[in-house]
Amino acid sequence: MYQTIYHRASSVDEAVSLFAKGSEAKFLAGGQTLLPVMKQRLASPSDVIDLGKIKELQGVELSGDVLTIKAGTTYFDIMQNADVKKAIPAIAYLTSVLGDPAVRYRGTIGGSIANNDPAADYPAALLALGATVKTNKRSISADDFFKGLFTTALEDGEIITAVSFPVPAKAGYEKMRHPASRFALTGVFVAQTKSGEVRVAATGASQSGVMRVGAIEAALKANWSPSAIDSVNISASNLLADIHGTAEYRANLIKVMAQRAVTAAG
Amino acid sequence: MSTVKLTVNGKAVAVDVEDRTLLVQLLRENLNLTGTHVGCDTSQCGACVVHVDGKAVKSCTMLAGQADGANITTIEGIAKGDELHPMQAAFRDNHGLQCGYCTPGMIMSAIDIVHRHGGQLDEPTVRQELEGNICRCTGYHNIVKAVLDAAGRMKVSQAAE
Repeated sequence: MYQTIYHRASSVDEAVSLFAKGSEAKFLAGGQTLLPVMKQRLASPSDVIDLGKIKELQGVELSGDVLTIKAGTTYFDIMQNADVKKAIPAIAYLTSVLGDPAVRYRGTIGGSIANNDPAADYPAALLALGATVKTNKRSISADDFFKGLFTTALEDGEIITAVSFPVPAKAGYEKMRHPASRFALTGVFVAQTKSGEVRVAATGASQSGVMRVGAIEAALKANWSPSAIDSVNISASNLLADIHGTAEYRANLIKVMAQRAVTAAG
Repeated sequence: MSTVKLTVNGKAVAVDVEDRTLLVQLLRENLNLTGTHVGCDTSQCGACVVHVDGKAVKSCTMLAGQADGANITTIEGIAKGDELHPMQAAFRDNHGLQCGYCTPGMIMSAIDIVHRHGGQLDEPTVRQELEGNICRCTGYHNIVKAVLDAAGRMKVSQAAE
């Protein structure tokens, strides 16, 4: 790791001002991606601003039909949280199959979505549930937030403070898990809103990062059942291909994971 | 350079380190606690697992500065004098190691697993929960046996306290 200067912020405002003072500062949430990337010398921030001790970034609130998870809440705290389990159990499940126990103690939802890894799990949940990302400056809908591989709508120095999820009528998530990295080889989150809208998002599949899957949405809108997806045709063009799986394999995984997610959603 | 103050195995320490220092480096290189190992250095293998404020985390994926003020327990801090921790004893009795490189991390993760699941542990749960710890010798069978054995012993020793 290259030299850097470590700062611990005690509030969002302090973090913003520390960031502004650094020449090439980066925010450090749980550090489960940023630190490995810094160790590989793929990132060399002049300053790291630790958000881990900011109290206002911690916690979960369920208010009516909206579940709000503060950005600094760890995976472990999210999967254990009674409100998460009650309101959107699919998020608790998704979190329980993310990383490993040691990673889940440190990693945070805000860090995951700010990084927007094309195979990360949370982006699929946000996109399918029509979540809203709250920052220190504004609210951004999930549809506008994810901008492709490792890219988001966040501006320099902008901090995610929370994610708000409308509580759906039904939701489910399933992924084909890479056995070593535990990232999604392909994962699909399906959701039916209380007004009957169907939204489906796939991660780990597209070359452009997390994406909606319109064909499956239409099939499920007509008939919410795994068999409705049987006849859907998913094109392999623009899908990821690597040593772990071809684009055609991932196209098939989108269907199979969507079917399993519908079964899980009930 | 910054001064990091933390409690390690019950002892308060203050260490001057570069800001880029990882917790595992502080433990091994500044405090000479070399029982905590560095295996992959990419957050996957779990050889570096220690307890930070009671939670089993990968000390290669945490800056020393992030641990400022924390209470750290390493493999050196779990035995009571000459008496092994029940998890250590179970690993020995069940031949839960061969080369021993992954063992400190395995034991620190396994203690955390038993704390979280109490007496509810079964074999599939142990296997699933150990996924962040990689062993290249044993094939895991005796490690899983050891964790289940220790879960029983830890319940008994808790009840006796």
